[in-house]
Amino acid sequence: MTGSAVTHVLPFGSRHSVHILERNRFIFRRGWMVIFSGFFEPLFYLLGIGFGLGSLIGTVAGPDGSQIPYAVFVAPALLATASMNGAVYDSTNMFFRLRYEKAYDGMLATPLNVGDIALGEVVWALGRGALYGLGFLAVMFAMGLVPSGMGIFALPASMLIGFATAAAGLVAVTFMRSWQDLDLLFVVTLPLFLFSGTFFPITTYPEPLRTIVEFSPLYRGVDLVRAMTTGVIGFTQLIDVLYLFAMGLLFVFIASRRMGKMLLK
Amino acid sequence: MPGPESATPLQAASGGVSGAAREPLIRARGLTKKFGTFVAVDAIDFDVAPGEAFGFLGPNGAGKTSTMRMIGAVSPRSGGDLSVLGTDPDKNGASIRARLGVVPQLDTLDTELTVLENLLIYGRYFDLSYAEARSRAMELLEFVQLNDRASSLVEPLSGGMKRRLTIARSLINEPDLLLLDEPTTGLDPQARHLVWDRLYRLKQRGTTLVLTTHYMDEAEQLCDRLVVMDKAKIVAEGSPRSLIEQYSTKEVLELRFPVGVQETLDGQLDGLGERVEKLPDRVLIYAADGEDVAAAAHERGLRPETSLVRRSSLEDVFLRLTGRSLIE
Ligand SMILES: Nc1ncnc2c1ncn2[C@@H]1O[C@H](COP(=O)(O)OP(=O)(O)OP(=O)(O)O)[C@@H](O)[C@H]1O
Ligand SMILES: [Mg+2]
Repeated sequence: MTGSAVTHVLPFGSRHSVHILERNRFIFRRGWMVIFSGFFEPLFYLLGIGFGLGSLIGTVAGPDGSQIPYAVFVAPALLATASMNGAVYDSTNMFFRLRYEKAYDGMLATPLNVGDIALGEVVWALGRGALYGLGFLAVMFAMGLVPSGMGIFALPASMLIGFATAAAGLVAVTFMRSWQDLDLLFVVTLPLFLFSGTFFPITTYPEPLRTIVEFSPLYRGVDLVRAMTTGVIGFTQLIDVLYLFAMGLLFVFIASRRMGKMLLK
Repeated sequence: MPGPESATPLQAASGGVSGAAREPLIRARGLTKKFGTFVAVDAIDFDVAPGEAFGFLGPNGAGKTSTMRMIGAVSPRSGGDLSVLGTDPDKNGASIRARLGVVPQLDTLDTELTVLENLLIYGRYFDLSYAEARSRAMELLEFVQLNDRASSLVEPLSGGMKRRLTIARSLINEPDLLLLDEPTTGLDPQARHLVWDRLYRLKQRGTTLVLTTHYMDEAEQLCDRLVVMDKAKIVAEGSPRSLIEQYSTKEVLELRFPVGVQETLDGQLDGLGERVEKLPDRVLIYAADGEDVAAAAHERGLRPETSLVRRSSLEDVFLRLTGRSLIE
């Protein structure tokens, strides 16, 4: 009784979530090459924009207002974006599993609950985001784009972004009906990528636009990662962490509710 | 936190030790399922005893799958009482599912994995160790004769192979109760007999089977007891034999007339056998002795194209109960 009683107390997930990771590892063992796409994308942006465009721009105001090279400014934002994109990319897999495959139905005939599946999938996406992050962070270190030793904490920070955005992506795909609808994901992630303080400081925005941008999850992620790599850490970063963590938890909860409605009729 | 096995409120496995009066493994009273305002299962009552093979027989849309899903703790009921393995599936779903094997109507295999991986990961969902899952998987692949396909992906398998894999998968946790929703639909006769043979062996080992089917022969082969469902309700219950005795006669005479003739027969068949049933393509006459009736019909000057005497089957029971044939 205890096992299921605990599961009932938790709003979602249980130790059974681990089995979802084991399942995905089976698939990953065959298709681990995909990891490269997630690694090269931010690298190309870094070379093209960080260094290419950066040579025209020179320096910009960093988090503490002092001037830093443009590539140092952009690189952490690219890391944060890569985590988001990796997580959202994974949610398209979940769309496939939810709509076209019956594997989730198969899982639900076992002791697994919808919450276990939702949590397991999101944690998997987070782990994959962390792998992308690790590769890119290593490149950043190698290129001298991480002025602060605190930079290693950019890795857990990017995992947190992965957690929040994977959970949001999972909720989003529960509302989608066809492959075409998946394009909507990019209608959201592209402007987030362009306008979340990635390429220029948000101080350039007039109010109230600036306040609106501050509520964007990617902005919180960029702010957090940039604070770690530049070593300018303060109270705002606590807000970033809480925001992203709460967002992840809330969306995993909503996702498991939505999946329950879809699969347990 | 202990596993679902350790302290569940579930009663002992079907092969229980004591000879005390056994609680039914499944007990439904007024069990109801609604989808919106549509009633898919309308206040049905039934019990399934440990070790029994119990069947739901009925046409498309009768509510068989809806009932199975409620038993399988993947579909909340809309009304009535339901107890599975001694507890309420809406409250203790996970601990019930830990002891169930489920073969759903549509395969829910993991198409991103290979045949062997499907079994391994399913074992993990039930908290088996990898070693244990692997040894059971190997045995089960043997059991359903799929060992040579272990490393194949699922998609290229034939329908019958997928079905057999689904059955193997449902056994990975050595379930006390096996739920089979149309286990052999779409299989060729050879594969169907293999499945029947496997199910029969499980039954011999004391596994309780609950299955749904459209097929009379399947119900007659496998079920100790069955209920006939029609339009969300149970319309009859009993062993295949007793249902046939109760709702049909020992034999049936099937007469086929040349095109257009059957419509002109009105009156001429009256009084033959115990009951006459006119289907679009043939006439069924129910009687204790089919040959007698055939002779009587001949005396009346009836000249059917073909005339066949056969034993009565559940199909006849169904026709009698609902006025419709089972497979439209
Ligand atoms: N998720 C659902 N939403 C709405 N209606 C449903 C749903 N599932 C089943 N129904 C309806 O409930 C009725 C019973 O369906 P069910 O699948 O239980 O029948 P069945 O006896 O298993 O039929 P079949 O032999 O075709 O498998 C049908 O009319 C079906 O349309
Ligand atoms: Mg059905």
